[in-house]
Amino acid sequence: MLTIQCPHCGVQAEETELSPGGEAHLSRFGPGSEDQDFEAYLFFRENPKGVHFERWRHVHGCGKWFHAARCTVTMEVFGTYSAQTTEPPKALRDKISEKRPGWTWRDIA
Amino acid sequence: MSEPVTPLAGASFDGLVRVTETGPQGMIVLRCPEDATDAREAATAVTGTKDPALRRAAVSNGTGILWMSPDERLILVPRAKSASTVAEMQAKLAGQHALVADVSDARAIFRLEGDPLMVREVLAKLAPVDMRPDHFEVGEVRRTRLAQVAAAFWLEQEGTADLICFRSVARYVYDLLCTAAVNGSAVKHF
Amino acid sequence: MSTRLSHGGRLTDRSTPVQFTFNGRSFSGYAGDTLASALLAGDQMMMGRSFKYHRPRGVVSSGAEEPNALVNLGQGDTHEPNARATTTEIFQGLKASSQNHWPSLEYDVGAVNAHLSRFLPAGFYYKMFIHPRPLWKHVYEPFIRQSAGLGKAPHPEARDPDTYEHFYAYTDVLVVGGGVAGLQAALEAGRAGAEVLLLEQTAHWGGRTPVDGGEIDGLDPDAWIEKAVGELEAMPNVRIRTRTMGAGIYDHGYVLGYERLTDHAPGQPGPRHRLWRIRAKQVVTATGAIERPLAFAGNDIPGVMLASAVRDYLVNYGVAVGDRTVVVTTNDDGYRTAIALKRAGLDVPAVLDAREYGGGALMDQAKEMGIRVETGRGISKVKGGKRVTGVATCGIAGSGALIDEIACDCVAMSGGWSPVVNLWSHCGGKLFWDEAQACFRPDTDRAPTGADGKPFVTPAGAANGYLYLSETLSDGAVGGRTAATATGHAAGDAAVPETSAPVEAAPRPVWMMPEGAPYEYRAKAWLDYQNDVKVTDVQLAAREGFESVEHTKRYTTLGMATDQGKLSNLNGLATLANALGEEIPQVGTTTFRPPYTPISMGSIAGEARGSVFQPLRRTPMHDWHEAHGVQWEPVGHWRRPYCFPKAGESSEQAVHREITATRDSLGLLDASTLGKILVKGPDAGRFMDMLYTNLMSKLAVGRCRYGLMCSENGFLSDDGVVARLDEDTFLVHTTTGGADRIHAHMEEWLQTEWWDWQVYTANVTEQYAQVGVVGPNARKVLEKLGGMDLSAEAMPFMTWADGTLGGLQARVFRISFSGELSFEVAVPAGQGRALWDTLMEAGAEFNATPYGTEALHVMRAEKGFIMIGDETDGTVIPQDLGLDWAISKKKDDYIGKRAQERSFMDNADRWKLVGLETLDGSVLPDGAYAPTDGKTRNGQRNTQGRVTSSYFSPTLGKGIAMGLVHNGPDRMGEVISFAAADGTTMTEARIVNAVFFDPEGKKQNV
Repeated sequence: MLTIQCPHCGVQAEETELSPGGEAHLSRFGPGSEDQDFEAYLFFRENPKGVHFERWRHVHGCGKWFHAARCTVTMEVFGTYSAQTTEPPKALRDKISEKRPGWTWRDIA
Repeated sequence: MSEPVTPLAGASFDGLVRVTETGPQGMIVLRCPEDATDAREAATAVTGTKDPALRRAAVSNGTGILWMSPDERLILVPRAKSASTVAEMQAKLAGQHALVADVSDARAIFRLEGDPLMVREVLAKLAPVDMRPDHFEVGEVRRTRLAQVAAAFWLEQEGTADLICFRSVARYVYDLLCTAAVNGSAVKHF
Repeated sequence: MSTRLSHGGRLTDRSTPVQFTFNGRSFSGYAGDTLASALLAGDQMMMGRSFKYHRPRGVVSSGAEEPNALVNLGQGDTHEPNARATTTEIFQGLKASSQNHWPSLEYDVGAVNAHLSRFLPAGFYYKMFIHPRPLWKHVYEPFIRQSAGLGKAPHPEARDPDTYEHFYAYTDVLVVGGGVAGLQAALEAGRAGAEVLLLEQTAHWGGRTPVDGGEIDGLDPDAWIEKAVGELEAMPNVRIRTRTMGAGIYDHGYVLGYERLTDHAPGQPGPRHRLWRIRAKQVVTATGAIERPLAFAGNDIPGVMLASAVRDYLVNYGVAVGDRTVVVTTNDDGYRTAIALKRAGLDVPAVLDAREYGGGALMDQAKEMGIRVETGRGISKVKGGKRVTGVATCGIAGSGALIDEIACDCVAMSGGWSPVVNLWSHCGGKLFWDEAQACFRPDTDRAPTGADGKPFVTPAGAANGYLYLSETLSDGAVGGRTAATATGHAAGDAAVPETSAPVEAAPRPVWMMPEGAPYEYRAKAWLDYQNDVKVTDVQLAAREGFESVEHTKRYTTLGMATDQGKLSNLNGLATLANALGEEIPQVGTTTFRPPYTPISMGSIAGEARGSVFQPLRRTPMHDWHEAHGVQWEPVGHWRRPYCFPKAGESSEQAVHREITATRDSLGLLDASTLGKILVKGPDAGRFMDMLYTNLMSKLAVGRCRYGLMCSENGFLSDDGVVARLDEDTFLVHTTTGGADRIHAHMEEWLQTEWWDWQVYTANVTEQYAQVGVVGPNARKVLEKLGGMDLSAEAMPFMTWADGTLGGLQARVFRISFSGELSFEVAVPAGQGRALWDTLMEAGAEFNATPYGTEALHVMRAEKGFIMIGDETDGTVIPQDLGLDWAISKKKDDYIGKRAQERSFMDNADRWKLVGLETLDGSVLPDGAYAPTDGKTRNGQRNTQGRVTSSYFSPTLGKGIAMGLVHNGPDRMGEVISFAAADGTTMTEARIVNAVFFDPEGKKQNV
């Protein structure tokens, strides 16, 4: 059972305090968008073996959403950061590069 | 207007620690941006305490402020003053981006009193929180899961914990606390 | 026979006799005995029968690995099956019985299976019972269920009287295992200043070292252990706990500990078991090693036992398993048993050592004591039925030609030792094959890693493959220091205690005895005792093409019993490797999964039973309802009144009475459970327009509006009335089940998509008690309370007002879900009961009638109002329900709008909501489908609609229903047939308007 640190309140929360929210950094496609874009936004998800970016909510805690970078193989948590950003912070990406050289995720590396 | 009624009418239980439904307690939720000086001052003005730091309680004798999240505080005032305090704060913050609401009736509040280590043990049976004396300090507020429901608690001092939950599950939480505090079940770990 | 010796037994207290029964027969043991040791002391060698062949079985081990001696404990409410006699501490009055036999342990009908064993090989059931299919359900399965199975599950009406609990513990270093390695690890970590928690599954510290002998720091092992425990107890940063098993290791340092508090002393206050939910920064697994059996014919006959177990019973409990014990061994450790037995004055006719040149110092010592040692020898066959009577010896190589026969009543076997790597492996620790010691050991270069990506488990001592005392102890020290250092504590480098123990010669791996055993021997050589898997079964599986050890395991059931193959795994996979002509490491192991040994369901449930089984949400009026004969309906965790039957009234009659009273005069509904969420901020209107399909931003202050919420996938997810409190504040009402979900939905969009919008929400559901005051006399009763002008002019339909009612601060909404004149009155929850009592009293003259959810449902259905969860099921869009009027055409966007633009949703050709009226006035079955011509590709009938709500309407005196019907609104007046659950009984119904009652709304607009 995972523990992930909430970047908002600082608690090293165990999984039972958290609720998962799926893949991070999705771009919303609204009315008038192309069917393909909307389909990808609503249904297509990464399923990586390795580095992944996810949304979590500290639901039994401060109630805040945040993002986490995690390795789906080893469960290592590289870091957590605000949900109010459209891409992972550079410092975190650099840290992941040190641990997992050559990693990619969607169009991020 | 009739007197406020708490969900369990002040029930209490003696075991490893004493469990008491306290209250009625005035409780006011304040949501405002982290840097909203006026809203913070409106809160400290009614409590006479400071604005608590991250995950801290600034409370004495049932009056004060609890840190709930970066943009949320729970203000504790005497129950008789909650409605007027809400009105006062709302007036003061009119036109500003802040939400002030009376939630005194939406919650139940319990106190655990007794041997300081037993108070910690009872909570450690129910919440996934590191309750070791040198890890959970007096004055820290922890919002967490108590068995199957949400709760928040803090140690006012060693041997005294206050715990808030939703009103509808007051009976469940009280039964949980009594179960965890039943005589003969001391873990004697801390 | 097996007997209690006149003296000895380091764990028993002979001054405290303990009486207990086994299969109804009285036995006597001593405090400190296990059930196994006490039964052996009473010459009860047979303790159960095997799973498949019902062969007589005796105890084979002395610990957690026991596959045979499984018993039922207790009776009635405290009955528990499959308890290991070897780990059950006896107490005064213990009642135990054996399992898997009928009619008795001694005479068992199922034992006939043993004579059929040639016809019941691996995979027999799979091959035999697959055809013909119908026979499975009616013949094969009942027969197999009757004859198979271990213990009996508790009676369904039995109620466990014990209590259980959880405990969350956090520590720097967790040491699992309190043998000498674990003690040394805890000492090192503790001395370094780390917080340490040390767990030991038995009631005693020190593991097997006191039995095996040697010296530590110049002390007898018992003395050293006592000193070590004393030092640990004195350290404020160390906690130690016996009778607590490290059950499993999981991600991020999560470990489950299983503490058995009162199993050995029932009747004590407090919980029976405690489940420790531990987070450790570092875990040291000092879980020891388990001795392996040897595969020779008749190795399951009672009296054949692990050599270490024979020694344990002798030294720990003063019990001699036999008068004459033949020791058969592949290593030096077996000699310890021979020496111990001889010292106790018992006869050891021979030690059969599989190694051509025998062993080291221990062998010499045995010889000096006059014990006959035969090297290069093994057992070809054990003689006896329910008890060993002798062995036939043979050369270890070859096919088992008889050398001689030795009469004996006990065989002590040692096939070498396997480190207990289970906990190391639970969370991904890898293993390597140690050829010299013939065992798998933890590969510390491939350790389980934690949240920080660094290793968090260190194996120590015998569990790490260091089987001899000196290295066990020094590796324990290394483990403790490694863990302390990893948690940021400076570990000491003091010398590890000196040890002295005989030097041991190398073992010889023997996977089958003799190595060229013919079929008739192999077919009686057991690998997995509990599941009756023999050498021949594994060889058959290999011949049939099962190359993977995981497949072989499932095909033969090797290692799948309650002991999870603690004794059988390595012998089994070595047999498979040999059969496949491969090396053991190439075949690999099966996966070790937690828990290490079974843990009670009670401990998993913890406190969650009885009144705290799950949270029950109560409204402020809950107690009143309870006192007035309520029939509850669970709605989520809430309890809502379904109806209030009076004496002699059925619930159906009660519902009809409640509806009629409400429609005729006055009904009261506890509506406190409805979700209430404040949405406030400069951007609140904009946000509300995204949440709802309606144009909420244009709602006037003081007004209410019914609104719909959809998911981003377009489907209707919730509905309710929105009240605008002021320019930047809305009060959102959700369904009872929707409050938390919708609040979370709002926060998700605000925090993760529109975080620059200035909006705050607060879930104030429980701040208010809310009462629906419904019926022609609703206004009159509220006017009686006084304080607010609720006239049609002052308070038209779909408005709200704050004020004081009967002295209570209240907010009144004029809304209706019944078609009646209706007000919903909200007061602070603490005043809810007062409001309810006041309304009941004031309403007495109007026959004020409390009504429940069923009356609510019928009345809304009479009016054609939809219910989330009835008319919707996650595949229904508002347009399907004829709610197009609630979808704003003026908005560019709302959650779900883009989805509803998809071709199959933006399409008239869908199942749509209509009313349904049976031709005979009966009530349509809820959920019934209307079949139509043709079949689907699956051969099922095509359907054209289904019933979503169906009730008897007391108002109209007939059945009414709503349903989704293909192009329904275009087919008004058409009659279609709905099928009952049997698929053939058809009911004809006419498609009609869904508003059955008062379509003009005359009753509500007064």
